[in-house]
Amino acid sequence: MVQKKTKPSIVEKQNEVVGGLKKLGTDIYNQLDKGIFPTINMPSRSTENINYDPNVRQYVLGEKVVSRNARNIRHVKPFTQLAWAAMFSNELTTQRKTSTLRDVYYSAQAYEMTFTDQQESNNIITDLETITGFSREDFHIFPEERSAIFGDLTIGYTVPGYEGKTLNLTSHPDGVLVGPALTSSEFVNTKADKVIAIEKGALFTRFIEENVHNKHNALLISCGGQAPRQTRSFIRRLNEELNLPVYIFTDGDPWGMHIAMVIISGSANAAHLRNLNTPDAVWSGVWASDIIDYKLPTDPLDEVDVKRLYELQKDPRYQNDPLWQREIKTFLKIRRKAEQEAFSRYGLTYIVDEYLPAKLEGKK
Amino acid sequence: MATATFEEISASDFFYRNRDIAGFSNPSRAIFVAIREIVENSLDAAESHRMPPDVYVRLSFESEATKDTQIYKLRVEDNGSGIQPRFIPSAFGQVLYGSKYKLKQTRGTFGLGGKMALLYGQITTHQAAFVTSSTGNSSKIYSFKLMIDIQRNRPIILDRKVLINKDGWRGTIVEFTLEGDYLRAMPKILEYFKQTAMVNPYANLTFVDPKGRLYKFTRATTDMPEPPRETLPHPYGVDVELLQRLIMITQCTNMLMFLRSHFHRVGEITAQKFLEFSGLSPSKNPKKLSHEEIVKLMQNMKRYKDFLPPDASCLSPLGEDLLRAGITKELNPEYLVVHQRKPSTYAGHPFIVEMGIAYGGGVPKTGSFVIYRFANRIPLLYDEASDVSYRVISSMNWRRYKVSPDMPIAIVVHICSTKIPYKTVGKEFLADRAEVRREVANELREVARQLGHFLTRQEHVDREKKRIGIFSKYLPRIAQFSAKLAGKQRIPDIEKLLKSVQKYGAEED
Repeated sequence: MVQKKTKPSIVEKQNEVVGGLKKLGTDIYNQLDKGIFPTINMPSRSTENINYDPNVRQYVLGEKVVSRNARNIRHVKPFTQLAWAAMFSNELTTQRKTSTLRDVYYSAQAYEMTFTDQQESNNIITDLETITGFSREDFHIFPEERSAIFGDLTIGYTVPGYEGKTLNLTSHPDGVLVGPALTSSEFVNTKADKVIAIEKGALFTRFIEENVHNKHNALLISCGGQAPRQTRSFIRRLNEELNLPVYIFTDGDPWGMHIAMVIISGSANAAHLRNLNTPDAVWSGVWASDIIDYKLPTDPLDEVDVKRLYELQKDPRYQNDPLWQREIKTFLKIRRKAEQEAFSRYGLTYIVDEYLPAKLEGKK
Repeated sequence: MATATFEEISASDFFYRNRDIAGFSNPSRAIFVAIREIVENSLDAAESHRMPPDVYVRLSFESEATKDTQIYKLRVEDNGSGIQPRFIPSAFGQVLYGSKYKLKQTRGTFGLGGKMALLYGQITTHQAAFVTSSTGNSSKIYSFKLMIDIQRNRPIILDRKVLINKDGWRGTIVEFTLEGDYLRAMPKILEYFKQTAMVNPYANLTFVDPKGRLYKFTRATTDMPEPPRETLPHPYGVDVELLQRLIMITQCTNMLMFLRSHFHRVGEITAQKFLEFSGLSPSKNPKKLSHEEIVKLMQNMKRYKDFLPPDASCLSPLGEDLLRAGITKELNPEYLVVHQRKPSTYAGHPFIVEMGIAYGGGVPKTGSFVIYRFANRIPLLYDEASDVSYRVISSMNWRRYKVSPDMPIAIVVHICSTKIPYKTVGKEFLADRAEVRREVANELREVARQLGHFLTRQEHVDREKKRIGIFSKYLPRIAQFSAKLAGKQRIPDIEKLLKSVQKYGAEED
């Protein structure tokens, strides 16, 4: 399969990010230079301003704008922290260095800009995301990595010291960590024709052992529970830039179902960001109806599971596709849940040989 | 004073047997009281001729006495008026003899403090006392070696020397030995000197303790308060004994004259009206009054409503300036307010309350108010909780004045009167008399109100400082960060913005 690059390259994205940060700095600088107290406006992230937009199939922020003014005694400290965070992010991005949220918290102290706690520094980074529209990963601020990818995709590094080097993601049988170096790389080529995202690392390893990537010509991704933002963003790039359809396999319970939903429709917490979700991705299982059809060993739903199902039933993201409502009702009817490993009752390879082809077939 | 055998005892004997009531209750207390009594006499002696006092006190170790007590030699030198040689033996060797039986404000009340100290020294060490004095007018200095004949209340002169006064020295030196416990008394003694310095800012006090340590309290001013004038007794304050004495000494031959010449603020008209009120003929000879008539006269004096209140010319308050100087000198507070009440009276005795309230600076933070109590310029160091000022201070609603006990606050209360309403001979605390309590409470409100204003203002200033502090901390950084982010070399000038914040702050007040 040939390379199909349709979207701006990662380097262009970097330039956009740096440009956005510089614009913010210039904006503040010019206001100060004119002798006025600088103001920054940004969309409000309060709950009443978070709406679901069926067109983009994700949560978005509404019209409400909050203003942060350095004239206000209560604003001047967060304003300064924001200016610092922008400057720090700019340094990270231009110097191609990476950092973590914890790192940000400590780095501030070098500038005598001590944050009261981690939460305060996290909030400032979220403010910066909201103002610029870029996610913190774009500023090179990453969380702990815990997801991995495996399959026939060749990437070209852009990180310092590796420029020009390429890697085929089948080169290591444990998969390759979805970290800054990977997410900042360009796609060179791939023979895969689909992406399979898997909730749990154990099943991801089983799929590799069972050669699923070859049998189904797929890129395999381990989400490690709720997929980190950079993994969600990477899945979107695979879908957008390489036009690969995405299939998601999770546990058969409300929590697994929602892991799939966040990959598809994003989270309310990231309503201020775009390009983290993959609206065309598909939840392939384990469905409640699979539990019945495959007679899977189950556990009873407990109280929180049931409560979660009722919440999800009302969630706007679950209104798009009748599949979701049907599965929620089925869970509530059978009052049982099953893990992905439950297929092992039919032997270790059953899930790969029987279940997976059937589900992929069913969705095609 | 009668026992089963109806034996008469002398005044010395009485105090010898009951030395507790004069404060000599234990070895540590005794050494403190001895120092205090002699120093007070010295201060009085200097003030009586308008001389800023210089008092030098030396306490030196002589020998061990018991397990807990030692023998000390106490020497006190002053630059006071001095005592004429013929009065020296009685002044120091006879209890209840003294110059303090007229009605004016003095430190001592009973004329026995100094003598009690000598008496105590004699009974604990069996050694003679030395008194050296010169009035400065003569060219001689007289030095006496004395003991007290306790049973007969008479001085015994063991030796008498006359020296040539070449330098025109004036003053008195008292030196005697006594048993005591200095180590235990030390904190109170040092506190006594500190507080005495506070309320006598025009005095130089020097104390050398038995370990050879020097404590020096230097005067902050040479201004002294107006000396008190002697005054006649006010009719409200007399008792039968005083009436009888006055009748005995009077030259007057009729009641009208008698009342006019021996009582404070009684004139022709007042005397006439009062005699009418009590049914006595104005022409009656006071010396002819029967005992019953004298008792009735005393009772009528207390009942009669129209006597003019006593005036306060016989009082010598410190005054706001000196009180301020004294408190500033010893506490160096951040904020101080002093105030003096108008004179008031209780039972025919005029009195004046003065108060200072000091905040911050050198005022210690103890978790409760530090209270300095003074009566006729004597520090009161014991039984604080029994004192009327303490009760007034603790029952006050301080929250109304934005004051809380954890603030560093010292309250200085000075009451001066011709007769301080002490509860005991030991002169430690003031009785809770309605008139005194009311004056203290009103005065406390006055100074507390001013402190409250200060604290409110302070709060504003603090808030404002904090506000400006926040802007001056953050605005320069916004400028620095944004310049770097925008890629500019020049950092924008934020002085104007900082100024506007200050201006705005000023308007807020």
